[in-house]
Amino acid sequence: MLNSGTIRWNHVLGRAFIYLMLGAFALYYLIPLFVMVVTSLKPLDEIRSGNLLSLPMQPTFEAWGIAWNSACTGVQCNGLQGYFYNSMIMVIPAMLISTLLGAMNGYVLTKWKFPGSNVVFSMLLVGCFIPFQVILLPMAKVLGMVGLAGSLPGLVMVHVIYGLAFTTLFFRNYYITIPDELINAARIDGASFWTTFFKIILPLSTPIIVVSTIWQFTQIWNDFLFGVIYSSGEQQPITVALNNLVNTSTGVKRYNVDMAGAIIAALPTLFVYVVAGKYFVRGLTAGSVKG
Amino acid sequence: MVTKWLERIMPRLVLAPTFVIALVFIHGFILLNAWLSFSSSNLMPKYDWAGFIQYERLFANERTAVAATNLFIFATLFILICLFLGLLMAILLDQRIRGEGVIRTIYLYPMALSFIVTGTAWKWILNPGLGFEKLMHDIGFETFQFDWLVNSEMAIYTVVIAGVWQSSGFVMALFLAGLRGIDESIIKAAQIDGASLPTIYRKIIIPGMRPVFFSAFIILAHIAIKSFDLVMALTGGGPGYSSDLPATFMYTFAFTRGQIGIGAASAMMMLMTVMAVIVPYLYSELRSQRHA
Repeated sequence: MLNSGTIRWNHVLGRAFIYLMLGAFALYYLIPLFVMVVTSLKPLDEIRSGNLLSLPMQPTFEAWGIAWNSACTGVQCNGLQGYFYNSMIMVIPAMLISTLLGAMNGYVLTKWKFPGSNVVFSMLLVGCFIPFQVILLPMAKVLGMVGLAGSLPGLVMVHVIYGLAFTTLFFRNYYITIPDELINAARIDGASFWTTFFKIILPLSTPIIVVSTIWQFTQIWNDFLFGVIYSSGEQQPITVALNNLVNTSTGVKRYNVDMAGAIIAALPTLFVYVVAGKYFVRGLTAGSVKG
Repeated sequence: MVTKWLERIMPRLVLAPTFVIALVFIHGFILLNAWLSFSSSNLMPKYDWAGFIQYERLFANERTAVAATNLFIFATLFILICLFLGLLMAILLDQRIRGEGVIRTIYLYPMALSFIVTGTAWKWILNPGLGFEKLMHDIGFETFQFDWLVNSEMAIYTVVIAGVWQSSGFVMALFLAGLRGIDESIIKAAQIDGASLPTIYRKIIIPGMRPVFFSAFIILAHIAIKSFDLVMALTGGGPGYSSDLPATFMYTFAFTRGQIGIGAASAMMMLMTVMAVIVPYLYSELRSQRHA
């Protein structure tokens, strides 16, 4: 009796320890978010008198208004608003075009293979691995030549081109699991290339379309490297504007505005993560294990 | 007749733009960048041949050694800590935990954030004076000092702190998937033989996850070598250039200091570093696929 009692007691202790550790890790991930939120709601004097974790005594959305409407991002002082829209205008076409092209590529690479199609795929896959620094200078030159330097359409083009390797990989790995018999049967019935694609393949593709669009949305929204190099002035995406806002060194440092700005920049991707986390994680593992 | 011909070449037609993109924008650009790195380009790109001048300049520059050392420090710590925390969290989460879904969601959400957001948040948390230091003062440690962000000896470690926070949850997800993929019957057999849980983990489960370790390592190394945004947002490479990484070095030289040749040469070095990590991995992957 005593013995089994000790064992049970040990078991309870063990479980409690596991939950304690898991809770500690959860705090580790949540505290920075908590700090961001409370800081953004405090007036500046409370930030100076309190500490990171102290709750706002007079919560105010003033810093949010400033971050959105009037904070300085370099020379301009119109807040993040315009840059938020810039990011939207850039993300949506780039995400849709690269996903559509990826779907068509994946379809050809699995169901309409021809001599050399695998070579094209291998050539494209290199794009998943290279550090983008190695294409930055030539790309800047090309964007200048076609008159898209410093503009949002130029950024859309860059994101489509360098997102294509990932979207193609997603769709190719997904379509490879669709049995060829399905396509062959349709072909015998006289269905054309495009009929098969639109009538058979696309209706089966919903999950992978979700994975690909979410992946592209997050990647492109969060991008800073291409944004900081290939855009300028009023055409910058929000990540670049946020970085400018935080590092604009005129006047008093307003940490509450910085935090409100950071949350604004994070909201769209956080929203996508909360709504469609499962697909996000799937893209993450598929996109980074890289086939 | 024409439609039939069109139908036959349609697959090639569809793949053609991708072929051009891969050929020009990936491979062509790499070659072009390689050429720039062997040219005499400075403020403007010049397409001539100057031999290894830019590489000599690159290696003679004192900032290069700083960036390379920082990459080594950052990559080593970032990878090791992420692997350790990721594995620990995955094992804890694998014990039939109530609310696993919620916990996983919490551990992984930083991956959805931009490194610029993460950098901004941690820049505030690590703020000497008002951040973590003040918090410790308020709870009673009045002589506590924490100035890593503005200390040129320590700044690179703040990048590690923020980087680990952002990426360790993701490593947890990789390991958790690996744990779930291990054959239950082997574990059952070991339990029947009287092996304790720690022994089972140490002798069976963790060795069984070698491929996961491998791919997690590759992914983390890749993230580390390409790290740019996080440094830009957190330290801006400073104080001075003490927390520069190769990616910020390349950006500074190619795009703000007008030393295109050195920038191109440093990009080539980054490419080679990535290749040194990834080519052996791809090679072993391909070989194991052929044997399977």
